Amino acid sequence: MFAYYFQLGVRSLRRNPVLTALMVMAIGFGVAASMITYSVFRATSNNPIPSKSSQLFVPQVDNWGPEDNVHRKGEPPNAMSYQDAVALMREHRAPRQTVLYPLGLSIIPADANKAPFHENTYAAYADTFKMFDIPFIYGGGWTADEDNAHAQVAVIGKQLNDKMFQGQNSVGKELNLDGRSYKIVGVMDSWNPQPLFFDAVNTGGFDDPTQLFVPFTRAIDLKLSTNGNNNCNADPGPGWDNYLRSECVWLAYWVELPSKSDQEAFRSYLTGYAAEQQRAGRFKWAPNVRLRNVEEWLDYQEVVPTEAKVSLLVAFGFLVICLVNTIGLLLAKFMKRSSEIGVRRALGASRREVYAQFLIEASTVGLAGGVLGLILTGLGMLGVTVVFDQQVARLATLDVSLVLLTLVVAVVSTLLAAFYPTWRAAQVQPAWQLKSN
Amino acid sequence: MLQIKPILAALKRHKAGTILIAVQIALTLAIVCNALFIIQQRVDRLSRPTGMDERNLIAIENRWVSKKEEDTSSLSRTDLAALRSMPGVQDAIMINSFPLRGGGWSTGIRLVPDEKVKSKAQTTLYFTDDHAIATMGVKLIAGRNFLPSEITSVSPREVKTTPQVIVTKALADKLFPDGSALGKQVYMNDSTNPPATIIGIVERTQVPWSGLWANDFVENAMFLPVQLTGDYAIYLIRAKPGQQMNVFKDAPATLIKTDRLRVFSSERGVRTFEQVRANSYSTDRGMAILMGVICFVLLGITAAGIVGLTSFWVGQRRKQIGVRRALGATKNDILSYFLTENLMISVAGVVIGAALAIGLNLWMVTQFEMARLSMIYVICGVIALLLLGQAAVLAPAMRASRVSPVEATRSV
Repeated sequence: MFAYYFQLGVRSLRRNPVLTALMVMAIGFGVAASMITYSVFRATSNNPIPSKSSQLFVPQVDNWGPEDNVHRKGEPPNAMSYQDAVALMREHRAPRQTVLYPLGLSIIPADANKAPFHENTYAAYADTFKMFDIPFIYGGGWTADEDNAHAQVAVIGKQLNDKMFQGQNSVGKELNLDGRSYKIVGVMDSWNPQPLFFDAVNTGGFDDPTQLFVPFTRAIDLKLSTNGNNNCNADPGPGWDNYLRSECVWLAYWVELPSKSDQEAFRSYLTGYAAEQQRAGRFKWAPNVRLRNVEEWLDYQEVVPTEAKVSLLVAFGFLVICLVNTIGLLLAKFMKRSSEIGVRRALGASRREVYAQFLIEASTVGLAGGVLGLILTGLGMLGVTVVFDQQVARLATLDVSLVLLTLVVAVVSTLLAAFYPTWRAAQVQPAWQLKSN
Repeated sequence: MLQIKPILAALKRHKAGTILIAVQIALTLAIVCNALFIIQQRVDRLSRPTGMDERNLIAIENRWVSKKEEDTSSLSRTDLAALRSMPGVQDAIMINSFPLRGGGWSTGIRLVPDEKVKSKAQTTLYFTDDHAIATMGVKLIAGRNFLPSEITSVSPREVKTTPQVIVTKALADKLFPDGSALGKQVYMNDSTNPPATIIGIVERTQVPWSGLWANDFVENAMFLPVQLTGDYAIYLIRAKPGQQMNVFKDAPATLIKTDRLRVFSSERGVRTFEQVRANSYSTDRGMAILMGVICFVLLGITAAGIVGLTSFWVGQRRKQIGVRRALGATKNDILSYFLTENLMISVAGVVIGAALAIGLNLWMVTQFEMARLSMIYVICGVIALLLLGQAAVLAPAMRASRVSPVEATRSV
């Protein structure tokens, strides 16, 4: 029966080509607009580290006070000062913890004919690699001992290893960074969490993959300043040491807290730390601390661009209008065939069969709209770079799940739109229709 | 025109179709109004002037590799000399940032040396030299330019203030609304720093940020006669007319020839100012295009929907139309019947739609920090949709008016 109704549906569509084309186009455009904007939204609201997003936290401590945070609506600064980060690291209350900041180091190839270049680089602690589940091809992260020894070591990414060492095992080899030699201890496999949760502050959540990590302790020894944002509420005074002692915020502090009790304990510890600073006279305000996990942090940092949200909303409204349009057109189409329905009903077709026939006919329209929507989505993907930032746009891809979703949304929404017209069709009184003929 | 009663009676028999058209018009109006408003806001933003003569400008961002900070000031002097002596180059400067670049330096300015007094204005700081006005192509409208002897070389960590500063007119007016800024003293950063004297005023220079948050001080800029040291150097180059592309191609090579231990970043290493502008406003432009496409398609689909449903009604009522014609109704009567019917549905739709448009905007204001919708958009949207409805209904209505009175005698 399904095949027969499907055939009937296709035949009926061919009978009013203009009306059918209008419906298919409405559904196609509506679905394509929704899918294109949804793909961007999906990419930007992605959970970058699902296995651990509820265990990794960003502690924030308000070291600026209420006077300097009017623009932040009472929130502490979104980065940490050196003195707070180092004090918290030293007390080591979390099983794993790290401090990160981006570096502007340049890589100098051994071959003097090749130009120096920059890759995204972070200063970090040894725990980083285990905390963020960073995969390795060769070697591994450096150790806590090397942190303490302020060792001049480096972990490099796969791309950089391919570029510098043709993909060979480069562990133990030397890497020249700004004229200093770093010993490579590990080569990461492809690792590119999106959004870039650990440095959403500087990157806005989207940047090229990180290709280089060096120990934080060594970077501080070398007085390497941050390649990212630095915010001060007062002049730090001249020189590096004054800068480290200042209230300038520029560091990302991350902790791993596996259990609920760990999290509660750390939260109260953090409040205690701020209270201690208040007692010591450094903070002239009550403790104001936060502890956000990965998703809360990305949400707070507003990693999903406003453009993505607004356009998703507008595109959704667009789809709704297309469906209202489809309801009207289907109604017209079905009611035109009142006499046909009357005949069928008179010949013994039940209401249920009328329902089946017309819903299947509607789904053929939906499917055709879905196919058109798919083509338009594919074309639209090429245009995404026009609307969104490059780094965001390239995450929006037409993958299998999006193809399926496009078709499903098209068919399901058309079926929803078809319910009312179909119900009206099934209400047709056979006797009345036959009589008027 | 006294057809309103029969039209209402007829519409009652087509409740579903009537409601669907009205709803579609209402939703379309709500979306189109807001989309047009977004377009206008974005276009406003991206057509703001930078205050510079943007033609023939090139920006180069350079990072020194393994150099000591002390040495960078002489390195950049060598670079500038090399750039300025290039045949296609009119002038060049080193500057810490420039309009539309993105990152930069901002600070509060006080009129009294007291931390407790709120700063009078927020401004961006441009650290550069006496070639800046000529290179950037900004207009000096009062006072004088820096003298070569006033230029100093300071580390970004040590920079305090300078005896002389040049400000934009917007900043001058904000600090001294009575127009007496020239020669006055101002305090920046830490109030323990000595004051700076305003020696010149330029017509307009935009801040480096194009984001919404900088809207409050978009033309507040202050120039300081300082060349910052450090491993990052930004050069702005003014090419001679017609030489921009040559300089764009040759300048990086010229710099590498003076010293090869440097990196031009892949994203903003070497750019023409046209590229800078395009990068800075790419999202705004894209958003405007997207909203424009959506409006266009939406209006098309709504019109198509009206055509479709009205055609169906006309088809259904051929017999009644035939009867009316047989009883003496003219073609015009039939035409105006359908036009009036559509107008009544559309009016109901736009009334609901106007309310929806304002509601949607109010909601977006709370969610996305958007501005309040101006009523002019609602009015324009209402007129546009009423016209669209009438235009869409015209073809089916014409067809209806051509129904022959003979139809009355035919059964179906």
